[in-house]
Amino acid sequence: MNAKDLVIIPAFNESETLPSVLADLRRVLPGIDVVVVDDGSSDDTARVAAASPGVTVLRLPFNLGIGSALRTGFRYAVAEGYQRAVQLDADGQHDPGEVPRLLEALDGADLVVGSRFGRGATTYEVGHTRRGAMRVLQLALHLLTGRRFSDTSSGFRAFDRSVLEYFAVTYPSEYMESVEVLLQATYEGFRIAEVPVRMNPRAGGRPSTLRLGLAYHYLRVLVTLFVRTSRRRPAPLAIDHDVERDAAGDDPGTGT
Amino acid sequence: MNAATLLAVADPSTEVGSVTPRAHLFVALAAVGVLAFIVRLVRRHGLRTKYSLLWITVGAALATLAVFPDLLTVVSELLGIYYPPATLLLLAVGFLFLVVVHFSWEMSRSEERVRVLAEELALLRERTERTNDTEPAAHTGPAGHTEPAVHTESADPTE
Repeated sequence: MNAKDLVIIPAFNESETLPSVLADLRRVLPGIDVVVVDDGSSDDTARVAAASPGVTVLRLPFNLGIGSALRTGFRYAVAEGYQRAVQLDADGQHDPGEVPRLLEALDGADLVVGSRFGRGATTYEVGHTRRGAMRVLQLALHLLTGRRFSDTSSGFRAFDRSVLEYFAVTYPSEYMESVEVLLQATYEGFRIAEVPVRMNPRAGGRPSTLRLGLAYHYLRVLVTLFVRTSRRRPAPLAIDHDVERDAAGDDPGTGT
Repeated sequence: MNAATLLAVADPSTEVGSVTPRAHLFVALAAVGVLAFIVRLVRRHGLRTKYSLLWITVGAALATLAVFPDLLTVVSELLGIYYPPATLLLLAVGFLFLVVVHFSWEMSRSEERVRVLAEELALLRERTERTNDTEPAAHTGPAGHTEPAVHTESADPTE
């Protein structure tokens, strides 16, 4: 049993941006525990992280990809008895100041997604191709779960104990796992909430994949999504506190 | 004797079941070679038994065909295939397909296991480092003399 909360930071070659992210975290949330999962980096990521006070570093022996790095973090959280954890990017995109809001939202949900879009979020710039691809994933998830997620691929998320335990074993290891996980969590009957958050432009480092690779991954995720649905019957949908009521509002009258 | 006679085995126009002695010898040698190679691999423990069994079966099938080439014709007639070499190709492709699918499955499973091992390793590594860090501290701490850590000799000269 651990009364504290944990911040899980998966990091692959992020020694440039990691120190400032860790410093920000310490400044904004002095009491929080931080674990950095070094995903087989070839730079000083592990050393830089360990140099920061109060930071635990988990070093993977070789690069396994973000999914595995996260799963390692979840395992750690479960083993150390944390009740809640937040996933945060090492590249400075996620504002540590938003962490408390994500944790608060856990009161009514098991899994909270910090969304880059929607009310209260800063306008987040994405390219046309990427936006189109995001729409496709959104639509696919909508078809499969009956819910709309405004940000399917956000890596700024909070988890409660039950989700941590579930993900410590089942979290998918392949890239863009974030989308797949939403489906998985919905089917498992976890309550998912979205909270609009501010996000910073990338402070450094390169975007995770090249365009061609990205196209492949989007395709792969789509296939995985549909394959997954055929594997398991959907559990009843959880109540969402963030549901937009617009649809009910402009219900057209029968006679015009 | 030239290439044409060798090809005769694959020519539907030739009399059914006819195989030139040269082709017969060639196929038999190939079958023996395959079997010898597999046995060698197994003896050097380069192959798990389940795979060796699989490939020995293949080698045996090849050898049987080499000795009794007419068997292929019989099987083809049973299956209703007009052209015997097509039967051989069909069986070969089908078999290889199954093998490759099986290997993909096994590779996925192995990869997942390696992943889990690596993840567990990261956790264990952190845990050992943590306990190693606290032990020397007890050494120099105020209660150090009562600690059982005293008789653990550290290779590290620093406290």
